[in-house]
Amino acid sequence: MGILEVQNVNKRFGGLQALDDVNLNVQENTVHAIIGPNGAGKSTLLNCFIGKLIPDTGTVMFDGKSLLGLKPHQINQAGVSRVFQTPEIFTDLSVIENTMIPAFARRDGAFKLHPFERISDEKDIRARAEEMLVNVGLGEKLDTVASAMSRGDKRRLEMAMCLVQQPKLLLLDEPTAGMARADTNNMIDLLKRLASEMDITFVVIEHDMHVVFSLADRISVLAQGHVIVEDEPGNIKGHPKVQEAYLGTTAH
Amino acid sequence: MLNNIRNNDTVLMSLIVVMVLAAPLLLAPLGAGYPDLMQRFAIFGIFAVGFNILFGLTGYLSFGHAAFLGVGSYSAVWMFKLLSMNIIPAIILAVIISGLFALIIGYVSLRRSGIYFSILTLAFAQMSFNLAYSVLTPITAGETGLQLALDDPRILDAPYEAGQLPTPGLFGLYMNDTWTVNFIGMELQFNVGYYVCGLLLIALFYVALRIFRSPFGMMLRAIKTNQTRLNYTGVNTRPYTLAAFVISGMYAGLAGGLMASMDPLAGAERMQWTASGEVVLMVILGGAGTLLGPVLGAGVIKYFENIFSRMNDQVVESWFLWMPEGLTEFMVAIVHPFVGKGWHLSLGLIFMAVVIFLPGGLIEGANRIIGWIGRRFGSKKTDKSGEAPAPAE
Repeated sequence: MGILEVQNVNKRFGGLQALDDVNLNVQENTVHAIIGPNGAGKSTLLNCFIGKLIPDTGTVMFDGKSLLGLKPHQINQAGVSRVFQTPEIFTDLSVIENTMIPAFARRDGAFKLHPFERISDEKDIRARAEEMLVNVGLGEKLDTVASAMSRGDKRRLEMAMCLVQQPKLLLLDEPTAGMARADTNNMIDLLKRLASEMDITFVVIEHDMHVVFSLADRISVLAQGHVIVEDEPGNIKGHPKVQEAYLGTTAH
Repeated sequence: MLNNIRNNDTVLMSLIVVMVLAAPLLLAPLGAGYPDLMQRFAIFGIFAVGFNILFGLTGYLSFGHAAFLGVGSYSAVWMFKLLSMNIIPAIILAVIISGLFALIIGYVSLRRSGIYFSILTLAFAQMSFNLAYSVLTPITAGETGLQLALDDPRILDAPYEAGQLPTPGLFGLYMNDTWTVNFIGMELQFNVGYYVCGLLLIALFYVALRIFRSPFGMMLRAIKTNQTRLNYTGVNTRPYTLAAFVISGMYAGLAGGLMASMDPLAGAERMQWTASGEVVLMVILGGAGTLLGPVLGAGVIKYFENIFSRMNDQVVESWFLWMPEGLTEFMVAIVHPFVGKGWHLSLGLIFMAVVIFLPGGLIEGANRIIGWIGRRFGSKKTDKSGEAPAPAE
């Protein structure tokens, strides 16, 4: 039994079969990478996990419960957080406020009418948010407005926003996209540390093979909406089907 | 930083308390110190502060808030007719009924966002306006407006002197009681109705301040910035926006109830779309999302509407009498379109200037001036300018 079980998921957009009978089994407390060429359906698959898209057929089970038909906030409350490809943060708010909001959402649930409590009295929430920001390396920037930060820092902030919720499953959509080499290596170190320190299962979509092979415990290769191989990193590199998918050597 | 906010809040509250309590003294030199206008300052201040909770925090631009103002007025007048001339039950009913209205209209309108939300609220408000004129005439008295009558039941009140309409009051005080005091050549008018409105403005300003500083207020600001992220963060945004909508609708209803308490009649024109647009202008002019801005914006617009609109050519001429004769006429001719009946022109120009040069409203202007003075004369405070702009001053 994996924590995330995807069975026979199909998704069609008009004439395009974006996901073709996808099966995926993600084991608890592992880093599971999904790789594949552009247009393979990686992001579509992730969107099916968070309630942004609903598959035409198939099941998505998380922790023994179906995720299909749940609203995004319900899925998050069940323990699934996502870091987006372009950082989705509250750009007008300060870094600490950005991180306190998910902490409130975890403690208070999807809605709580508390118009007369003071944010300044919420010492616990603030302490947790600060701790997480220090953890991802933003401890110096608590009062910076989020829009004023670099892309790498925004991604770190988004990571902190997800991690402060202590999710069971964290979905990362190209966590190093558009980053300089040094930043990428920092991000790898951070992810490695988090994976070993926290009880979180990671599902990572990534283009950068360096990142994938440094992090993943298990890799699924997606091509044209179909999982062609699922195996350990050591067996993926030399796999003929993978070579074919990436290099396009059509072995007719 | 958190201490800073607390201190700022104390300053803000003291400022509003002094402004409200000393208004008869502060406004007399500006020619605006008479009860009728001061009441309007306070009532529209309340309306704008409430509207700002919705628009300033969540970014949802409602074009139908005058509907709640009208509903509040009608509820209050009905309370005067049926129950008592005491304003307390009237205002309570006004708040409850407008809250219920806001719940229904908000529930439907908030299914959409952006321009579609605005259009839905506008449609609802125009619907209410037209219904008040037509089908609902038994409740609203249509074009004549809902007024007090001698044969109203008023079951709680003792019978009044024959042939005289009663005035709204509060345990023996009447809303139109005014004490006039002479102070260094000015006539200061202390009016009961104004102080009722003013004290409510202070109380409701404090409520708004607490909402701004609460986790609830932070969620509302997050909705304005990135609603998608908030959904994926486990927050159901719909009840938050609905709560903000209902709260601001109740503020509007209370303002409407106060209007009826100052002058016990209610007409449908209070619900017209121009009235809804006016509160949007007030909030944007003063500074959306700031605490003091809406009060300031309401004051400026009501001042223009009542004072600028009454300046005629004689008044203008008296400003330029010191000039040579031909020049005086020339100046009067130039200023003429901007005052009196042309007051909308001046207001429009000011509004355009504010939106273009001070997107944060008059409050941003005030902050810039304070910052400039601080940098110019007090070198101690220079390091503060590098700080992130406070979201709500």
